[in-house]
Amino acid sequence: MIRFILNDRTISVPLQDSAKATLDFIRKERKLKGMKLVCKEGECGACTVLVGDFESGRLVYRSMTSCIMPLANAHGKHLLTIEGLDMEGLTKVQRAMIDQSGTQCGFCTPGFVVSMTGALLTGEEVSMKNMVKAIDGNICRCTGYKSILRACESVADDWNDSVPSIEQLVEAGYLPDYFNTIPAKLEKIKNQSLQSNGLKRAEGIKLGGGTDLYVQKPRQMYTSAPDHMFDKPELNHIELNGNVLSFGASVTMGDLYRSAVFNDALPGNEEFFKLLSSSQIRNMATIGGNLVNASPIGDFTIFLLGLNADIELTDGKSTRRLPLREFYLDYKKMNMRDGEHLTNILIEIPDFSSSYFNFEKVSQRKYLDIASVNSAALIQLQNDKIAECHISIGGVGPTPKYLNKTRDFLLGKILDGNTLTKALDVLQSEISPISDPRGSADYKRLLARQLFLAHCLKINSEILDVSSLITPA
Amino acid sequence: MQEVKNKKIKKDIHLDAPFHVTGKTKYIDDLPELEGTLFAKVFDSSCAHGKLISVDTSKAEELEGVFAILTAKDVPGVNQIGGIIKDEPLLAETDVHFMGQPVALVLAESEEIAHEATALIHAEYEQLEVIVDPKEAYAKGSMLSNSRTFSLGSPDSAFAECAHVFEGKADSGGQEHLYLETQGAYAIPRDQGGILVESSTQGPTAVQRVVAAVLGLEMSKIEVNVNRIGGGFGGKEDQASLWAGLAALGCFVTGRPVKLILERHEDLRMTGKRHPYRSDYKIGLDKDLNIVAFEASFFQNGGGAADLSTAVLERTLFHGTNSYFVPNVRMTAHPCKTHIAPNTAFRGFGGPQGMFVMEAAIHHAARELGVSPWGIQKKNLLRDGNEFSYGQIVENSEANRCWDQAHGDFDFLKMVEEVEEYNHSQSLSKKGLAIMPICFGISFTNTPMNNARALVHVYGDGSVGVSTGAVEMGQGVNTKMVQVAALMFGLPYDRIRLETTNTSRVANTSPSAASATADLNGRALQDACRQILERLVPLAAELLGGADEKQISFSNEMVFLDGNPTELSWDDLVAKALLLRLNMSAKGHYSTPVIHFDKEKEKGHPFAYHVYGTSIFEVTVDCIRGTYDIDSVKIVHDFGSSMNKAVDLGQIEGGLVQGIGWMTLEDLQYDKQGRLRSHTLANYKIPDVYSIPEDIQVKFLNTDHDNLAILRSKAVGEPPLMYGIGAYFALTNAILAFNPNANIPYDAPMTTEKILMALYSA
Repeated sequence: MIRFILNDRTISVPLQDSAKATLDFIRKERKLKGMKLVCKEGECGACTVLVGDFESGRLVYRSMTSCIMPLANAHGKHLLTIEGLDMEGLTKVQRAMIDQSGTQCGFCTPGFVVSMTGALLTGEEVSMKNMVKAIDGNICRCTGYKSILRACESVADDWNDSVPSIEQLVEAGYLPDYFNTIPAKLEKIKNQSLQSNGLKRAEGIKLGGGTDLYVQKPRQMYTSAPDHMFDKPELNHIELNGNVLSFGASVTMGDLYRSAVFNDALPGNEEFFKLLSSSQIRNMATIGGNLVNASPIGDFTIFLLGLNADIELTDGKSTRRLPLREFYLDYKKMNMRDGEHLTNILIEIPDFSSSYFNFEKVSQRKYLDIASVNSAALIQLQNDKIAECHISIGGVGPTPKYLNKTRDFLLGKILDGNTLTKALDVLQSEISPISDPRGSADYKRLLARQLFLAHCLKINSEILDVSSLITPA
Repeated sequence: MQEVKNKKIKKDIHLDAPFHVTGKTKYIDDLPELEGTLFAKVFDSSCAHGKLISVDTSKAEELEGVFAILTAKDVPGVNQIGGIIKDEPLLAETDVHFMGQPVALVLAESEEIAHEATALIHAEYEQLEVIVDPKEAYAKGSMLSNSRTFSLGSPDSAFAECAHVFEGKADSGGQEHLYLETQGAYAIPRDQGGILVESSTQGPTAVQRVVAAVLGLEMSKIEVNVNRIGGGFGGKEDQASLWAGLAALGCFVTGRPVKLILERHEDLRMTGKRHPYRSDYKIGLDKDLNIVAFEASFFQNGGGAADLSTAVLERTLFHGTNSYFVPNVRMTAHPCKTHIAPNTAFRGFGGPQGMFVMEAAIHHAARELGVSPWGIQKKNLLRDGNEFSYGQIVENSEANRCWDQAHGDFDFLKMVEEVEEYNHSQSLSKKGLAIMPICFGISFTNTPMNNARALVHVYGDGSVGVSTGAVEMGQGVNTKMVQVAALMFGLPYDRIRLETTNTSRVANTSPSAASATADLNGRALQDACRQILERLVPLAAELLGGADEKQISFSNEMVFLDGNPTELSWDDLVAKALLLRLNMSAKGHYSTPVIHFDKEKEKGHPFAYHVYGTSIFEVTVDCIRGTYDIDSVKIVHDFGSSMNKAVDLGQIEGGLVQGIGWMTLEDLQYDKQGRLRSHTLANYKIPDVYSIPEDIQVKFLNTDHDNLAILRSKAVGEPPLMYGIGAYFALTNAILAFNPNANIPYDAPMTTEKILMALYSA
């Protein structure tokens, strides 16, 4: 059985429902109609639920879009829908949304209320910035967001950058009383893997957060018998050994975002994570999934390629390690044998006293969008010369691209305007963009130039007179 | 003028909010499913233009759990849903005109089975030529209806005398409504051959009319009920009828409840959107920069059926000169038939597309002449006594007041100075400014639609039930109706119950559209309340010992005499009235006075009044990446005398952001085969919380003189959308600060692609 706490009570669901979409389960089977079905793509947040679990001994909650969330991922957790916030009167978040007129047609509103409530339960400080981050995956078509932001502000003002406990939140009227009983309830059902609960490890598809599979082929997924990657603790570690950072394939983007180990080793990536989809999706999507999806435009893939990361694959018997740049063979074709799956990602941490790392992404909408072109670069300078560099670029060919020729050209050269101009020609010879809804081929070529320029400007803001790049009349 | 600090408004609220924030509000998909409910799925055309040769449903019918599959031959009444022009079948018969056109309706025991069955249907088409460009359609004579021309003065001779004449093109893209609740309907059989249709529609009467016609029944047999809808924006004004018609057809044929809710990708593919326009303009100015003459040809991309296109086209002409007085005008608009989903109403209803062209023409002239666009804009703003191209004379113009107030309060000159300084000192990013004034006419341009009714019951305990023709879609009309009734009877809001919008209670309604819903229904509601008060006042006077009826008023649930409370409560008065067998129910009616329009002459007085405003935009463009931030939008808006500042501010902010989305992010793309390429939310982006302006300031200009608005609170639904046009021109001006010779065709939306290409263009 899959066991979890749905709002205020523990429930069990047969294992054959493990791949059902959580939203379908709560709306159709539990008849809880508060969370709305809008897009089935995880793009709008109207179905946002909170998933609570112990992390380092503390009960914290992560927001997820239930329309593309496999039900099995609620196993052993507390699943909260808008109905779980019912109490005498209204919660303070609900009250703030009313007072600031943060709701018009109301269809997106339960999702916003759940996301905003989630901002109080992440274990991080309740600040305006974190309140906004909590709703970065919620779309509203009526209000223009300003009134919702005013509601966020009034909530943030209440907590003043503190990290409230569940007891404090109940006391202050932000959560119903039953939340005080959740830790004890959760203790009773945790630490039971799906396997120990009777799930046969299927030969079937490897399923993590479901953020791509449930968008691409939802109906096949609902009735499938997948191999649940979150059910494998060995894939969940994040650790630093010497100067090698390694993490498991089912670590989520959100896990890394919050990981002190990761952020200490690779500082300064706040903007990068902000550019990755939304809070909800970051809480679900695994790094392994991003890599084996093999999208030519995967943000994390381009990020890791730029860091010249390695990956480990196993078929259960033997394990092999290879550079990520050798993993992608052709469109959606990978250097992966039958029966193999990705287990580990390894990054050699560069010496930041001489190295610069930068990630760039341009999309139609700045955030919560798929890139037109993205790129990462790691450039190490010694005596003004380029001692080592790795440059990746996405959206300009059938695979996430590691720019071998550009690297070869740059090695040993002084990074100046002359080198840059010539490197741009080499770069153009290595890419082959096509026109699609993310932009015309010409645009992507121009963007490739500009993003490489952006990398260089981060190192030397006066490397080039940018206006000299304007096409002469 | 009263200034409202946008932060923390608690005075007025949206009365639906407590139910929205708890998830208790019910939309159609949340209604409990009745026993025996069948789930409907539409099989739609995969051919944008062709002859429908055959539809093979045999495999689908064999599937267990499939109840019936219906095609055009199963339609018992008229297979026709066209609202203005009868050119759109419920289900395709002999030919198809767009991808996504419904061909067959699957009815099954579950959604999953219906989905599976739909995949087993096969249709064959004989492909015909596909047109997606309105200018190509026009050249080939593919039209939905006749072209229309508005003219004033003598443009030909005026152009000859102009010091400066500029000609150009200005195109604007479509816009997906993206109401969060998709289209849907639930049809339920009723006794004696009736059908109840729960519909997500802005136009219950339109749904009733279409359902009756396709089933061959009289309208009285069809009850349409609308609790509320999860966003409309015009997309459910006429286009809800199709889905309601299909659900009702399924219900009629099977005798079982039928539920049809579109999935998002189906809604994106099958429903129409804001019309893309392509336009040509010619603008003539004298040496002092007065706009002397303006000429425009609008090519409207109507899609595969007329829908509301001809009405939308008309409003493009009404607003083609925006807030400016131009003495010599000729504007012609062509409703072009193309092979994409029939385009339809969308907030602004053709007005924004017209205004964009006028603003492009002014920007063009300013760029060529080396002057600021706002210099030309200011000089030509409407003044009282000016004549619109359609013959209405400008009264109570607030164009200059809004403009001047915005300039003063927001210190525009300082903004200009600061932007110049910034652009001088920064080489990797540039700022741009733009001002967007608006003038929007309030009334349905189709004069007969400007009427409404309301039904009021005062119950024995003194509580009040109100039904009107207004559909609540988030715009707060229910709140405003409660306010109207509460004010009339002197009762607190919680004693007024606003009922669903239902054709059996309030008949022959106009859709909730044209920004006029609160005006029309609110005045009808006042009329109904007045009738009841006319019966109560004499009784109250009598109970107060023969008091003067003129001195009686109602407040705080008490009867007042000469402005002072008496011992007589509202509840006691009502109880007494019922004992005396007085009628405590009334039906109110309102039709807008004054307005008229002659479509032969294209002249008249079509609008009850106009709404004005001015917005100032500041943007910053990242000249390396082509990305941008909208730093601020500062608005002075003519609210009349706002009856609910929270609701009205929400309309301004929401409309503004939607307009910015149309002008920047929202990029509908069709391929040459007529296929929508931006067919998922991954591919079609509307503003998210990070894309909105950092700073939005709205100042309420109170224009307290008499108008035909409800409680003098001017219509506010559509006008703010057009502020968004300012985003386009502010971005353009920032690009020009980086590259003064940039090649920037007037072609909205201004996407990040267009920005970057323009930044480095010759």
